[in-house]
Amino acid sequence: MSLSADLLWLIPALPLIAAVVGACAPRGAFKLAAAAAIAALTGALLLSCGALATALAAPAAKLASNFTWFDLGHGAVRLGWLIDPLTALMCVMVTFVGLLIFVFSTGYMRDDARAKQFFCFLSLFAAAMLGVIVANSLLLLFVCWELVGLASYLLIGFWFQKPEAAAAAKKAFVTTRIGDLGLLLGLLWLQDSAGTLLLYDGGKGLLEPAVLAGLGGSTAIGLLLFCGAVGKSGQFPLHVWLPDAMEGPTPVSALIHAATMVAAGVFLMARVFPLLTPDALTVIAFTGAVTALIGALIACAQNDLKRILAFSTVSQLGYMMLAIGVGSWVAAIFHLLTHAFFKALLFLGAGSVIHAAHHEQDIRQLGGLRGPMRVTFATFAIGMMALAGVPFLFSGFWSKEAILHATHAWGVSQLPLYTGLAAVVLTAFYMTRLVAETFLGAPRSEPAAHAHESPAVMTVPLALLAACAILLSLLAWPSPWLQLLLDPSAAANDHADGVGLMALSIALVALGLGAGWAMYGRKPREKSMSADPLAARAPRVFAFLAARMKFDELYAATFGRAAYALAVFADALDRHGWDGAVRLLARLGRFTGLVNREADEDGLNAGFDATSESLRKTGRAYSRAQTGDAHGYLLMIAFGFVVLVFAVLFGGAR
Amino acid sequence: MSLSPLQLCLLFSSALFCVGLFGALARSNTILVLLGIELMLNAANLNFIAFWRFGGAHAPASGVLFAIFSIAVAAAEAAVGLALVIAIYRHQKNIRLQDASRLKG
Repeated sequence: MSLSADLLWLIPALPLIAAVVGACAPRGAFKLAAAAAIAALTGALLLSCGALATALAAPAAKLASNFTWFDLGHGAVRLGWLIDPLTALMCVMVTFVGLLIFVFSTGYMRDDARAKQFFCFLSLFAAAMLGVIVANSLLLLFVCWELVGLASYLLIGFWFQKPEAAAAAKKAFVTTRIGDLGLLLGLLWLQDSAGTLLLYDGGKGLLEPAVLAGLGGSTAIGLLLFCGAVGKSGQFPLHVWLPDAMEGPTPVSALIHAATMVAAGVFLMARVFPLLTPDALTVIAFTGAVTALIGALIACAQNDLKRILAFSTVSQLGYMMLAIGVGSWVAAIFHLLTHAFFKALLFLGAGSVIHAAHHEQDIRQLGGLRGPMRVTFATFAIGMMALAGVPFLFSGFWSKEAILHATHAWGVSQLPLYTGLAAVVLTAFYMTRLVAETFLGAPRSEPAAHAHESPAVMTVPLALLAACAILLSLLAWPSPWLQLLLDPSAAANDHADGVGLMALSIALVALGLGAGWAMYGRKPREKSMSADPLAARAPRVFAFLAARMKFDELYAATFGRAAYALAVFADALDRHGWDGAVRLLARLGRFTGLVNREADEDGLNAGFDATSESLRKTGRAYSRAQTGDAHGYLLMIAFGFVVLVFAVLFGGAR
Repeated sequence: MSLSPLQLCLLFSSALFCVGLFGALARSNTILVLLGIELMLNAANLNFIAFWRFGGAHAPASGVLFAIFSIAVAAAEAAVGLALVIAIYRHQKNIRLQDASRLKG
């Protein structure tokens, strides 16, 4: 089975149809909306597999199908679809993970009164995300990119009755918009200097050698495009929205804010990789390294189950950006794929826990869930080990190794490697803490004590994702298949030359796991109120990290205050400056009006009135002739006829 | 003085026209007024035939055709007229033409 590029639009179109069905369905038609969403995504998954078959048949061919959107006089705006291995792999990942999350959602959202809307939004999101992936035009990509942002906004604020959820949705939307502004500027600049936004266009596309050679000095363009990725992928300094986005329902967190949407920034960077200059890449690498470290540090001190995972996502996205920055976009995509599976697994596992514990998310209140929730615990542990990078068996290890090796081989600086290695320790540490606090020991609250295993509709997706979290190792080992598929030219450096680095990172993972076990696992917390071991040792550091390094406060004190001062100034200017001028003008207008009225009434109107009156009089006189008497009219006609005859006979008119 | 057939026909049609005009002017019953008007119309039809039959060089059947057209138009006109009469009757419960003067200015 294969799919031609002309039919690629079907992949995003199917979920879009499902979204329309969901939107038009009657209020309570949860089953209809869910069935439509799942059926559409299944179809999209099959089509994606077809696309993958097409791409695998000819990995180097960029099969594009372009069409004209509208004509502008000189030159038309053209959009298009593209199949290459990157697109196809992303499509399969998004549809497969999305499908499992949709199925999970039917269990998780069953009791929600607005579940129908939920599936409508989810389908909309899937359509937009697939649109981002299959677009062959940066313009089309941008449109879908913004649609993805909209869907994210709708889903974070899905429980808008909660003020925090509404605020989080707003925060996510506004923060990502800052990045998107940069992206838009980058696109305009690109359009101006290259004359096209198509990626592949038979030699005339952006990513083809002829145009690339003509784009001199594109560092600024690359950085502007990176701005969009910074916003969407939660990179430092715009990472603040991602943890707050956890106010949305947990399947949303899994799908959008862990597996797919936040990876869109990484995907964008991988897509436009040829456009990025070494300077731009350096900025990207350092941003990624800082993000990876900050995310991992903050994650160590959070107490909310989902927030730990959110900061972990921030950190892992930092890794991916780091890989892009050091020039190994294949490693970034590899980590993106593996991360999508194991992070979706972790989030859905968290959702299962939250569902069972009646929406208790504080890990201090949980505990002891290993017994009652065996499937959830087992799958969650697999996800945790994949994320922590436990060697050899788990896919996360291989993708993380790929990134670390690429960073090691980077010629510019070794600093990102050290931050990356530090983040490895921290990742293993906080994941151990999370699992130990949630699943080990004894239940520390009423809901945790009464927790029970979730239904099969929720545990089966978990098991499938767990299997994938392990099996995805095959993409890199025993043969670097993904590397050969995506970028054969750079496939030379395999893991053999870095056994030392691998041993070091394995040791660091062991250190992180051991430290976590020593502090949290060996002697589990007994009461929910007892102090965190880390907080007991370094209370000020812990408090600083627990407050998320005070980024929100910092932004409130700088940008927030500046914006407020600007608003006060603008208000004063408006009230006293502009308003005064407007009032003066208004006075002037009134005066002119008065003068006009006087002149009108005395001068012009009198003349018109006299004319009208005389017209009226004439009309009245004529109207008297219309008597309504048909005999009178007939008589007049006959009389007129006789006169006419006489005139003809005697007047000589012939 | 002797009259040609054409002149006799014209005199006859004039008489018919005058009778029709008198009827249309003198009667107050709307139907009879319509009848008068039909008489006037038929006087005109008679003229068509007379000029065709007794006039100068004549095209074959042209006068007859004119008359047939005219009769057809008259039939349509009579239908409209009778419909108006019915409408007037519905309105004022009689068909006196003098009373139907409500639309005057």
